[in-house]
Amino acid sequence: MAEEKEREGTEAIVADLHKKIKEAFEVFDHETNNTVDVREIGTIIRSLGCCPTEGELHDFIAEVEEEEPTGYIRFEKFLPVMTKALLERKYRPIGEDVLLRAFEVLDPAKRGFLTKDELIKYMTEEGEPFSQEEMEEMLSAAIDPESNAINYRDYIAMMVIDEN
Amino acid sequence: MKAALVIQNWYRRYRARLTARQHYALAIFQSVEYADEQGQMQLSNFFSYMLENYGKTRKEDSAVVTRLFESTMRENKDRQEYVGLVEVPDSYDGPRLHFPLTSNDIDLLLQAFKQQQILHAHYVLEVLFEARKVLKQMPNFTHIRTFPSKDITVCGDLHGKLDDLLLIFYKNGLPSENNPYVFNGDFVDRGGNSMEILMILLVSFLVYPTDLHLNRGNHEDFMMNLRYGFTREILHKYKLHGRKILQILEEVYTWLPIGTIIDNEILVIHGGISESTDLNTLHKIQRNKMRSVLMPPMSINQEHSIDLRKNKIGPSTAMPGKAESEKLPSEQLTKHEWEQIIDLLWSDPRGRKGCYPNTSRGGGCYFGPDVTSRILSKNQLKMLIRSHECKPDGYEICHDGKVITVFSASNYYEEGSNRGAYIRLSYGSTPQFFQYQVTSTSCLSPLHQRVSAMEFSAFRILKERMLSRKTDLINAFQLRDYSRSGRISLAQWAFSMESILGLNLPWRSLSSQLVNIDHDGNVDYMSSFEDVHIEKPVKEMKSSIIETLYRYRSDLEIIFNVIDTDHSGLISMDEFRTMWKLFNTHYNVHIDDSQIDELANTMDFNKDGSIDFNEFLKAFYVVHK
Repeated sequence: MAEEKEREGTEAIVADLHKKIKEAFEVFDHETNNTVDVREIGTIIRSLGCCPTEGELHDFIAEVEEEEPTGYIRFEKFLPVMTKALLERKYRPIGEDVLLRAFEVLDPAKRGFLTKDELIKYMTEEGEPFSQEEMEEMLSAAIDPESNAINYRDYIAMMVIDEN
Repeated sequence: MKAALVIQNWYRRYRARLTARQHYALAIFQSVEYADEQGQMQLSNFFSYMLENYGKTRKEDSAVVTRLFESTMRENKDRQEYVGLVEVPDSYDGPRLHFPLTSNDIDLLLQAFKQQQILHAHYVLEVLFEARKVLKQMPNFTHIRTFPSKDITVCGDLHGKLDDLLLIFYKNGLPSENNPYVFNGDFVDRGGNSMEILMILLVSFLVYPTDLHLNRGNHEDFMMNLRYGFTREILHKYKLHGRKILQILEEVYTWLPIGTIIDNEILVIHGGISESTDLNTLHKIQRNKMRSVLMPPMSINQEHSIDLRKNKIGPSTAMPGKAESEKLPSEQLTKHEWEQIIDLLWSDPRGRKGCYPNTSRGGGCYFGPDVTSRILSKNQLKMLIRSHECKPDGYEICHDGKVITVFSASNYYEEGSNRGAYIRLSYGSTPQFFQYQVTSTSCLSPLHQRVSAMEFSAFRILKERMLSRKTDLINAFQLRDYSRSGRISLAQWAFSMESILGLNLPWRSLSSQLVNIDHDGNVDYMSSFEDVHIEKPVKEMKSSIIETLYRYRSDLEIIFNVIDTDHSGLISMDEFRTMWKLFNTHYNVHIDDSQIDELANTMDFNKDGSIDFNEFLKAFYVVHK
C-alpha cells in the first residue's frame, strides 16, 4: 500500500517536472516546432535552477544532440535527460556563502574589493574563461566607476535582492 | 572548486536567469497583445449582430444603428470642401509646406517634428488629398528593382515611434532617387507620434513616388485606430479639424498598395500568406473596397436566413440589413477577395506544417514552411519579407531562409524589450541586416535593471488581465478547492489560469511573481488579488458590474466612438441604452435594465441627457498597491 502511494507520488512529481521543463523549453522554441537552438540550451537548463559548469554543459549537449548535429535540439531528446538531472539534483546551484568565500580567496589581503584589472585577469585567464561579451556585461553592473573596483559583498547583496 | 570557476559558474547562471526572465516578459507582452487583437475581431461579430437586430428594435433604436452604418456610405469627399475651409493663421509658427512638395519640405518636417511641433491641419489635409490622388493610380503591388548602384532598404512596423524613424534616416540616409525605401505597414497606433510618422512618410512618398514605397499594414485601418491610439492622438492634437482628418484618412488607407515585389523574386507584405494566397486574384482586386478588418462583406440578399456564427472566429456572415440592401453589390469585395487581403495583412509564420486559423489574433492564419515553399514556387518567387511581429533582435529568419520578419520599432513593449532593424537589399548579394535600439537616457542601464523594468511592466499588465477575469478565475479555483482551504496545487492553478485567460504562458515559471506559494508547493490563489483592485468611479456600483465594464472597456470605447459620428465625445442617453442592451445580449453579460438605467444616470455627469463616455471610461483603471 505504502509502496503504491510512493509510486503514485513519484509519478505525480515526474509529471509536474515534465510540465515545468516543457514550459521552460517552449519559451525558447521560437518557431514552435519543438526544437530550440543549441546555443540556448545553457540558458534553459539554468533557468530551471541548475548550475552546470561549461564542461558539464558540453557533456549534456552531447547527450541530447542528434547523431549528426543540426544546431538544434529536439524536445523529445531533451526531456528525459533534463528530468533525470532535476530528479538527481545534479548541478546544484552555488550558495551565497560559497560565492563570498570564492571572492575572499581571490582577495587574500582582505581589502573587501577586487580592482577592475584583477577581476578581468581572473575571469578571463582562469577557470572556464569568460568571453569578451560576458566580461563586459559583468563589469557594467559590478564595477563602481569611481573606485574602478568591485566591492564584492555589496555586489553579492545586490544580485541576491534582484533575484528575489 | 577553484575560486575563479565558482564565480564564473555563478555568474553564468545569474545571466541565464536574466535572459529567461526577459523572454518570459516578452512572452507576456506578446500573448496579451495578440489576445487583444482577437478581441478586436470578435467585435466584428457584434457589429454584424447589431445590424441584424436593429430591424427588430424600436424605431428610435433603429435610428442609432442606421447612423452607425450610414457612415459606411460616404460620397466622394470634395477637396475644396475640406482643405479650402481650413485656414492657417498668421500666428502659426509650425512648418509650412509648399506644393508641389520637394525634398525641402521633408527636411522642414523632420526639423519641426524633432522640436515637437505639430503640423497644421490645413497641411495635413492637403497632404492626405494629394496622397489619395497619387495612390489611386498605383497598382496593388508595386514592382521595383535593385541596381548595382541602388540598394533598397526595407523597414518594418514603426507604430508611431518617431525616434526610430529618425534613427533609421540618420543611420541609413534620407529617402531619395538613390536611396529607395519600402515601409512595410503599421506606421501608426500605439506610439505617440503616429501623425508625424505618417506625414513624413506621405510627404516623402509624394516627393519620390517611384522610390518611397508604402505597404498597407493591419493597423492602417480606421477601426484599429479607434482602439489602438491613433484616433485618440488625432482628436487630441487636432481638436478643431480632427474629424475631417479622420474621414479622409480612412479613405487614404484603402488606397495604400497591398505589397511590393522586388526583382521579381522577393514579395514584401505586412503579415504573411495562406495556402490559398492567389497573386493573380490579388493583382486584380479593387483594394480600396477593403475598408476595415471589422467590416466584412455582407450578403445583400434579404431572403436568406440569418446564420450568425458566433463561435467561428472569422469574417463574413450572411444577413439581411436595410442599410446593406441599398448598397450596390459592386461596392463590396467578394468573401474570397476579402479573405485574401486579410490573410496578407494578418498571418504569421510558424514551424508547424500546414495552414491553421490564427487563433491568437483572430484573423489570418498560421502558415508553415510547406505553405511558404508552395506559394513562393507557384509564383516564381524566392523569398518573403514581412513584418507584423515584434522580434527581440529586430528581425528573424525562418522557413529555411525563405521568410524574413523585419520589425523597426525598438523598445516596443518597454524600454529595453527589443531592438529594431531594417534590411538593405543589394543587387546580386544576400540581404544585410542593421539593428539599433533607441534609448531615452544617454547611457544604457545595466541588463538587470532593464530586465527588472520590463518584468515590472509585463506583470502589471498580466495582473490587470487577471483582474478583468477575477470572477471567472475565482470560480475555477474554487471548483478545485474541495476542502475550501483557499489553496490548490500548482498544477491546478496553472491549468485554471491558462484555460480562463486563454494565454499560452509558462505559468509554473511565472507563479512566484503572481501568487503566494507555501512550502508544500500549494498556491494561495486569492493572494494574487490582494494588491490590485479596480477603482470604482461611483461608490455604489456593484463589483460585478465594475469588473464587466473594465473587461470590455476597449470594446465599449470603440462602439461609443463609432456611434458618436460627429466625434463630439457625447452620445445621448437613448443611444447609450440601445447600444448597451444589444451589447448585453450579444456578449452575454447579465446586467439587467434597471442597472443599465442606473449606469446611464451615473454617466450623465452634467445631467443634460448626454453622456461623456471618454470621461467615464477613463474612470476605470486598476490601482496597484
